[in-house]
Amino acid sequence: MTMTSETEALGLRKGVFAGQHTWQVISVLIVVAIAAVLPFVLSNYRTLQATLVLIYAITLLGLNILTGYNGQISLGHGAFYGVGAYIAVILINHAGLPYWSTIPIVALICLVGGFLFGLPALRLEGLYLALATFALAVALPQILKHPALTKWTGGFQGITINPVPVPGKLPLNPDQWLYLFCLAVTLIMFAIAWNLLRGRTGRAIVAIREHTTAAVGMGINAAFYKSMTFGVSAMFAGVGGALGALTAQFVSPDSFGFFLSITLLVGIVVGGIATISGALFGAVFIQFVPNIADQISKAAPWALYGVILIGFMYLMPQGIVGLLRTIPDHYRNVFAVLRHR
Amino acid sequence: MTPILETHHLSASYGPTRILHDISLSVSSGGVTVLLGANGAGKTTTLRAICNMMVRTTGEIWFQGQPIERKPTENIARLGIGHVPDGRGTFIHLTVEENLQLGAYMRRDRGRIGDDMAHIYGYFPRLKERRRQYSGTLSGGEQQMLAIGRALMLRPKLLLLDEPSFGLAPIVVREIFDILATIRRQDYVSILVVEQNASIALALADDCYLLETGRIIMKGPSASLANDDAVRRVYLGY
Amino acid sequence: MEAFLHQVLSGVASGIIYASLALALVMIYQSTSHVNFAQGEMAMFSTYVAWALIGAGWSYWAAFPVTLLFSFALGFLIERIVLRPLSHAPVISIVLIFIGLFVIFNSVAGWLFGYEMQTFPSPFPDRWGSQYASAHELGLAVVTVAILAAVFAFFRFTSLGLAMRGAAQNPDSSRLVGVPVDRLIALGWGLAGVIGAVGGMMAAPIVFLDPNMMAGILLYGFAAALLGGISNPAGAVPGGIIVGILENLAGAYIVGTELKLTLALVMIVAILLLKPAGLFGRALTTRV
Repeated sequence: MTMTSETEALGLRKGVFAGQHTWQVISVLIVVAIAAVLPFVLSNYRTLQATLVLIYAITLLGLNILTGYNGQISLGHGAFYGVGAYIAVILINHAGLPYWSTIPIVALICLVGGFLFGLPALRLEGLYLALATFALAVALPQILKHPALTKWTGGFQGITINPVPVPGKLPLNPDQWLYLFCLAVTLIMFAIAWNLLRGRTGRAIVAIREHTTAAVGMGINAAFYKSMTFGVSAMFAGVGGALGALTAQFVSPDSFGFFLSITLLVGIVVGGIATISGALFGAVFIQFVPNIADQISKAAPWALYGVILIGFMYLMPQGIVGLLRTIPDHYRNVFAVLRHR
Repeated sequence: MTPILETHHLSASYGPTRILHDISLSVSSGGVTVLLGANGAGKTTTLRAICNMMVRTTGEIWFQGQPIERKPTENIARLGIGHVPDGRGTFIHLTVEENLQLGAYMRRDRGRIGDDMAHIYGYFPRLKERRRQYSGTLSGGEQQMLAIGRALMLRPKLLLLDEPSFGLAPIVVREIFDILATIRRQDYVSILVVEQNASIALALADDCYLLETGRIIMKGPSASLANDDAVRRVYLGY
Repeated sequence: MEAFLHQVLSGVASGIIYASLALALVMIYQSTSHVNFAQGEMAMFSTYVAWALIGAGWSYWAAFPVTLLFSFALGFLIERIVLRPLSHAPVISIVLIFIGLFVIFNSVAGWLFGYEMQTFPSPFPDRWGSQYASAHELGLAVVTVAILAAVFAFFRFTSLGLAMRGAAQNPDSSRLVGVPVDRLIALGWGLAGVIGAVGGMMAAPIVFLDPNMMAGILLYGFAAALLGGISNPAGAVPGGIIVGILENLAGAYIVGTELKLTLALVMIVAILLLKPAGLFGRALTTRV
């Protein structure tokens, strides 16, 4: 690339970004406003479903950061979701902590846990991370049912918790309060993700996906970034799981097996890998479609998921990379930008 | 006599990058043609284009009067083109003998394979000594011999050789080219060899093409090119 | 002492099942550099086919070869139809396709055959049993080892087997000698399907037949493949047997049988940490 075209590319990027920026802010504000109003116009049942959509959105966002932006495969994010759920419940029941305090604690534990779990597999090809996360997903329900841990985990029967209380004298019913609480957490998590991805860290993350050797050659510590990204995405999944536990007021081992991880993968594939808004679309999909498909037969939702996974890989013949060609310029000019650090 | 191989306006690209432009060359039946060029001239790409490996091509390729452009590589091999690739292409986790047996995989006349293997061991006695060794342990020269032997097991009518001298000591290179001359005579195999090492290649070849950044800039009988001042300066260094 | 020996021999028997899965995985990995996450589900589905045939009145030893043919065709067709068009797609896409296949096989099996656990017959006469190993354990060891030995002989001594080895190691050079690499990859998938189906049919009498029977076994198959060296088919058998013995001994004497899958997880992570190339594999380079 000649100097002129690099400068041009940067100039173009700035211009495009500036224009996009205003649009983005406006559309985000509109979406948030609509979201805030929902619990007051919907029935309690629909509000609950909307809460679940938010929870899935957080979880999918985490998976998206890992798989879409950083190019790593996780077949076990359902396990981190489950771990987050169980930690939240255990903190409430055994340590007597208030429900809202469990969120940051779960976030920290899953961040560190994810970072540590990712370390061994990340030195090797992506396939090995896939294997390790698959193993985690399949093994987790068994761990949760183990007799030695039953005191904490409740064994195969699971644990229940009390519903989240509405604070003070607010004129809300519990479902509405729970929804707004989750909405607040969602906004925080999305803001974290957006901030992470647009800065230097984000460019490094994408550079590693695009061409790890080149990224390392430019001074990026690929191993650290990969582990950190894994930790961050585990954190998102754990927070989602904690909120999910608060919502369902119940956790049991078999809800957090391999099939949950598959559901999450379908969510990001449908919603759009490597997009932030895709997490929301995917969440809507995985919340509502199985309920519809379930009415056909018990097997139908899963068969549908399988067909979707394969079908999407065909419709995007270059796979994830093909979809990425539509990503705004400032990600594709990773190398130009990194050189101008 | 029709040439055994002809290309007309052959162009080749890797993805969006065009490497070869409008290559027209021919190899006479029973003859030896050398394609000379420096690094990056497109020599390997030319051979790959003929075998439809890894490149997209436009233009025509005729082998024994049949068009072969863009046919699957394995079918081109079955037609009787033995390609000794860039880097030897040795099956390093297989033994020497298994490498040769693979060369004969598609042969229908299975009874003659043993004889052919003996014939090749005749050319390359060192391979016979090492036949049960894993071919990854062979030296560069031995792997080159093995690669040629493997291609010969196809009983090809045309042998394509990609820089057989690469990375080898001069004495080994001379040995290999002597054997190539013998093979050409005894087995009536036509040869297209691409090389950087001009002097030894020109000694073997009947015809010569000069390749520079993907285009043929000169061609003619090798004797006259060997005496051409410009060629000597650029390619022979004196 | 007897009990210990029994545990070891039991471990060998289950290890041989894991070795079958591992070999199927390694074969596909060798020729395509992909791990077939759906291998277990394909084996499960083939086992259901056998079960259905037996249920329809066929004898075991009539249903067995037909099932093997079915599993061969299944593997072959999946490679040709589902995977071939996407052979150049990035790893993530391929993994997701495998997961898609996993889910489809699992749900279609549930839909066709139901989710209740079924018994699957063992064809081996009870009098083969002893205090050291049950009749089925002995029988499965004999049959599976015979089949594995046939597979190894195929690769070692036939020219088709040699061509498949060459195609797996070096597809470009193989094409240059006229080897139809793509067709042989599909063949490899068929063969892997057969091996997996044998594993499934040998496991079903022990773990009972239901759509989810193979996930745990697949996990052990992964551990065995990693331990043996995922690039080395010969490592699958010792890898499987070691994993089987470790699993049984640890289950009996250390952690109890409820944590067996966790053991597989720990093994996988440990191997990745300490010796990713496995005991017999070639040193790995990180593909970037």
